[in-house]
Amino acid sequence: MSVQAVPVGTAAPARAAAGLRKPRGDGRAGWGLTAPFLIFYVLFLIGPTVYGIVMSFFNSSLQHSGLGGFAGPDNYTQALTSSDFWQSMWHTVLFTLMTTPPLVAIALMLAVFTDRLARGRWFFRLVFFAPYVVPSAAMALIWTWLYTPQIGLWDSWLSAVGISDPPNWLADPSWAMASVALATVWWTLGFNFVLYLAGLQEIPRNLYEAAAVDGASRWHQLRRITIPLLNRTTALVLVLQIIASLKIFDQIFLMTAGGPNYATRPLLEYVYDIGFTDFRTGYAAAASMLYFLVILAVSLVWFFVSRRQPKEA
Amino acid sequence: MGTNGPSVSRRSLLRGAGLVGLGGLLSGCGTALASGVAGTGPPKNTLSYWNLLGGGDGVRMTTMEQVYQKQHPGVALSAVVLAWGNPYYTKVSLATLGQRPPDVAISHLTRASILAQAGLLEPLNEAELAPYGLTGANITPAAWKMAHTNGALYAIPLDTHPLVMYYNTDICKKAGLLGPDGSLKNLDDPAALTDALTAAKKVTGAYGGVFSINNDTATPWRFFSSLYYQLGGSVLADDGRKIVLDEAKADKVLSFIQNLSKQGLIPTSVDYPGAITAFATGKAGFYFEGDWEITTFETTKSPFSMTAFPNVFGGRYAVQADSHSFVLPKDAGRTDAMRQQIFVFIRSLLGQSGTWAQGGHIPAWLPFQKSAAYDKLKPASNYKGVADHVRYDDRAWYSGSGSDFENIMGFAIGAVAAGQMAPAAAIADMKSKLTQYANTPSPV
Repeated sequence: MSVQAVPVGTAAPARAAAGLRKPRGDGRAGWGLTAPFLIFYVLFLIGPTVYGIVMSFFNSSLQHSGLGGFAGPDNYTQALTSSDFWQSMWHTVLFTLMTTPPLVAIALMLAVFTDRLARGRWFFRLVFFAPYVVPSAAMALIWTWLYTPQIGLWDSWLSAVGISDPPNWLADPSWAMASVALATVWWTLGFNFVLYLAGLQEIPRNLYEAAAVDGASRWHQLRRITIPLLNRTTALVLVLQIIASLKIFDQIFLMTAGGPNYATRPLLEYVYDIGFTDFRTGYAAAASMLYFLVILAVSLVWFFVSRRQPKEA
Repeated sequence: MGTNGPSVSRRSLLRGAGLVGLGGLLSGCGTALASGVAGTGPPKNTLSYWNLLGGGDGVRMTTMEQVYQKQHPGVALSAVVLAWGNPYYTKVSLATLGQRPPDVAISHLTRASILAQAGLLEPLNEAELAPYGLTGANITPAAWKMAHTNGALYAIPLDTHPLVMYYNTDICKKAGLLGPDGSLKNLDDPAALTDALTAAKKVTGAYGGVFSINNDTATPWRFFSSLYYQLGGSVLADDGRKIVLDEAKADKVLSFIQNLSKQGLIPTSVDYPGAITAFATGKAGFYFEGDWEITTFETTKSPFSMTAFPNVFGGRYAVQADSHSFVLPKDAGRTDAMRQQIFVFIRSLLGQSGTWAQGGHIPAWLPFQKSAAYDKLKPASNYKGVADHVRYDDRAWYSGSGSDFENIMGFAIGAVAAGQMAPAAAIADMKSKLTQYANTPSPV
């Protein structure tokens, strides 16, 4: 990840070298060296994906071996006309909309703040990144306790500042998703933060010195130098974040189980429910493929945006 | 970072780590790996046994396995404990389909029925079971009946675990709910239960009773269905192809539940651990859950007792339950000798029902269930009478413990209890969601 995040300067010589013709033996050695990875890649990623595509056209069942009867496009028709499918798809999108802006903006803010510190930088780097290493199960446990009505920490903090009747964070359908989103922002902020820190370190210091000589304020430096020069990092952070948010499953599954009354069930939990709880793996495969198309669309946007951007020298 | 570090040590470190890892692979799981890759399976004198029993149940089951092992030193018992729920049943199904099933496994009776319909279990011949005493005469009749699917026996029940009522004896005493002999007043009436909860609430200052609502669909379903069954209702018919949810009866039960929460007698928001905490810390006088939390409150040293879930609506007594049972996943290579070894194992565990019953479950093994030893086991034997009046989930490919049927029902019931949904809206919600399942051809 960090390799992609610091393309300025370091990537250019490598790219130039790649343009040169290589002796033939190198190619064979290259294949040989990547073979262990490729074998696993085909065996555990390409293979199952192709099988999943095939399966989505069959009435496959978890309780029977083989593909089961041919269903044609039935599974897709059923998914596209199912209110449960669209409801869970919307929850996934809603979660992405709720988490992506703060996870990008706050990460940038904290990175700029940490970068400007004269001393104790290591401390803030550690503090902001630390939650990211917590496993999802532990994070869900901690936040479920925080959100517990009446005896939870949130409610006691809120009552300390005079808010006496807080909502039922995880049990109220209109608050549950926001509560999970808040927990997620705290949890995964560190990753984007580190990407931004890496990006910031690539910005030459003399630009700031020159700007300061010209009388630019801190705010102007941020707007005219830092943010524009972080464009590529921001694009990367944004796409990685959207994809990560679209993959929402763990926190919701653990904190609300998709409730209250299905108000937070994301698409991946819908797939899990129909595939593993209802044994309908063929239909689950079709729903996953539709979801895959959404992720693919996001990735393609990133691909074209990053191609259009001028390569820095 | 680290560019000036000694590169030699890094390389040797990696090499060392690699060797350690490889060594571990070869020595630790080497035999399992080799037999798995070669497809030879475990050696023949072993008995592989899968179960989903954690917590206190897991400890007691291990004790029972050790007793069996001592009696049969010639058999290498290999017991595997897996996390309960869908992952467990997925593993049982896939291991059976992959022709590498365990010799014997624990399954809930509601799930055994689905596995049997999928053809993943071996039917059991009652004549071959008779020499071991594994007959209908020795097993709780309701459980024995549920162990049959399409007329054939597929499972041997170990217990019945119904929804029960826990009550705090100190709180109930202060609330005047205990008779002179220390037993709880009869609560077999909506008003009687409501009054008791009100009296308990006055003592606790918080709630009268508690059951888990948030992040849990099974408990709301257990509470609702027990009351609904007492009114004589059913939800599914014709193996799940028909929805027969009776709106008037469901409305009556849901309104009753919503009234309890509106009056603040039960919390509108509490999850499973929260409900346990509320009862253990005396914030509620009553707690409604399956019988398995007995160990929890014995550990917390709470002043508590347990009794049968009251017959609130006064019809023919009914309470929601499920059972643990032993099943034999289909295995083409299983010999008669192996089958007999399995039956000996099951019989040995059933014979230790005294150990098992300490976990609160009503043992299915009648010779123990009817014994004086069980009577002495308090409070676990207080509710033994319900074993024959329990209702299992109506049969369908999408019902049973941990199913989407329970999710659909439990979510809607939870929303009613939380005051987020009117009973009529919840019933409409249940019906529309269940209808989708009823109209889907069974994947089983």
